[in-house]
Amino acid sequence: MLVQIDQELCCGAGSCVRTAPEVFDQRDEDGLVLVIDEKPPAHLHDAVREAADICPAAAILLDEQDA
Amino acid sequence: MTTSARTDSGSADRADALAFPAPKSAKCPFDPPPAVDRARAAHPVVRATLWDGTSAWLITEHEHVRQVLGDKRFSAEGTRDGFPYLVAGVRELVRTMKPTFFRQDDPEHARLRRMLTADFMVKRVEAMRPEIQQLTDELLDRMIENGPEADLVADFALPLPSVVICLLLGVPYEDHRFFQERAAALFSLQATAEEVRRSQQELLTYLAGIAERKQREPDGSIISRLVAQGELDFDEIASTGRLLLVAGHETTANMIALSALVLMRNPDQLARLRAEPALVKGAVEELLRYLTIVHNGIPRVAAEDVAVGGVTVRAGEGVLCLVNTANRDERVFPGGDTLDLGRDANRHVAFGFGVHQCLGQPLARAELQIALETLFRRLPGLRPAIPFEDVPFRHDQAIYGLGALPVTW
Repeated sequence: MLVQIDQELCCGAGSCVRTAPEVFDQRDEDGLVLVIDEKPPAHLHDAVREAADICPAAAILLDEQDA
Repeated sequence: MTTSARTDSGSADRADALAFPAPKSAKCPFDPPPAVDRARAAHPVVRATLWDGTSAWLITEHEHVRQVLGDKRFSAEGTRDGFPYLVAGVRELVRTMKPTFFRQDDPEHARLRRMLTADFMVKRVEAMRPEIQQLTDELLDRMIENGPEADLVADFALPLPSVVICLLLGVPYEDHRFFQERAAALFSLQATAEEVRRSQQELLTYLAGIAERKQREPDGSIISRLVAQGELDFDEIASTGRLLLVAGHETTANMIALSALVLMRNPDQLARLRAEPALVKGAVEELLRYLTIVHNGIPRVAAEDVAVGGVTVRAGEGVLCLVNTANRDERVFPGGDTLDLGRDANRHVAFGFGVHQCLGQPLARAELQIALETLFRRLPGLRPAIPFEDVPFRHDQAIYGLGALPVTW
């Protein structure tokens, strides 16, 4: 899995940080999303999928094919 | 052919339109109104008639609420024709005053919101937990000292988020009576246009005064920082401050009070929470889902024709996204009319959806988690001091909640 984000879309609601804190963080200056692990281990995939699903701004893009 | 009839948004189908807001059942005051439930069972997109005779579509299902609130073809600009309002005074206000980002679309919305996102981001709020805990304990100390009776709204649920948002904004809490009364008028469905206008104006004048003071005496508060940054003028800072002040305490206060009440009404669920304090994070998500204090819909207006749930919403037509019925959607939350603290409720839309989703949600969550865990730990015998039938639910407010909650322990 490859985790990509679109900071332009991000509204800084923080759902991703709450759902998958090992993978997402927020930038100190404006609270927008940061990916801290763009190829997360398998045991985090469900949490990352949930974070992408509940992201209100659809700012998280997952490439499930990426090995 | 119900569906095709309803795709015609002309006058033909107005005769069977639902009058909205509809009254709640006195027996089930936590549930959506029975008339809304009946209408959404027949069709998920419901034609409604509002107080002023205008029409709007009620979007009732989880999928469609997410679709509409996530679709930029639905505008949040309150000045557009067709934008649905539930209160005359608020509609007048939006037409005569410069909007906040709450009622703007991107890119202006994003520009203004991003000046504030860092203040409410998860790690910033996590760092505030010890302070929120201390404030919670102080309020409970005072309640216990004056007990064993209290009004859980006035003595606990309202002051906690109110003090916290005051600290963040740099507004003196001593003035709480002044701004709480005016905030209540802004949320009232009964307020006259004049009451709304005056409350808004007094709040703005008050906050502009605070901004001027921060220019002379800067501190670490949000208002002080906005002044120092110089991107917004005092009027804009005042209206941004007004938005945060009003949104920051009424909402969480009502969630704390309703949560406490519904937990006392469900002793098995409360026992579960007490036995397993780690459950509190999930429990708060379930309480947000089940109680969803925004009961009258999140308003948008279609900027162009958009198909939603088999209906074509025409450009210029208003929609109200019913997050409370979306959060009872059986396909997403099976058995959703039952409170189940063990449920995975993470997909709820109690904070809305789309780029306008609640900015302060990490703070609201932290306050709710700390308030509820501490309340029931320190007052194990907490119970309502009046019969359930006598609890004053606030049906006349845009934010659902309780006028008071007399308790004893």
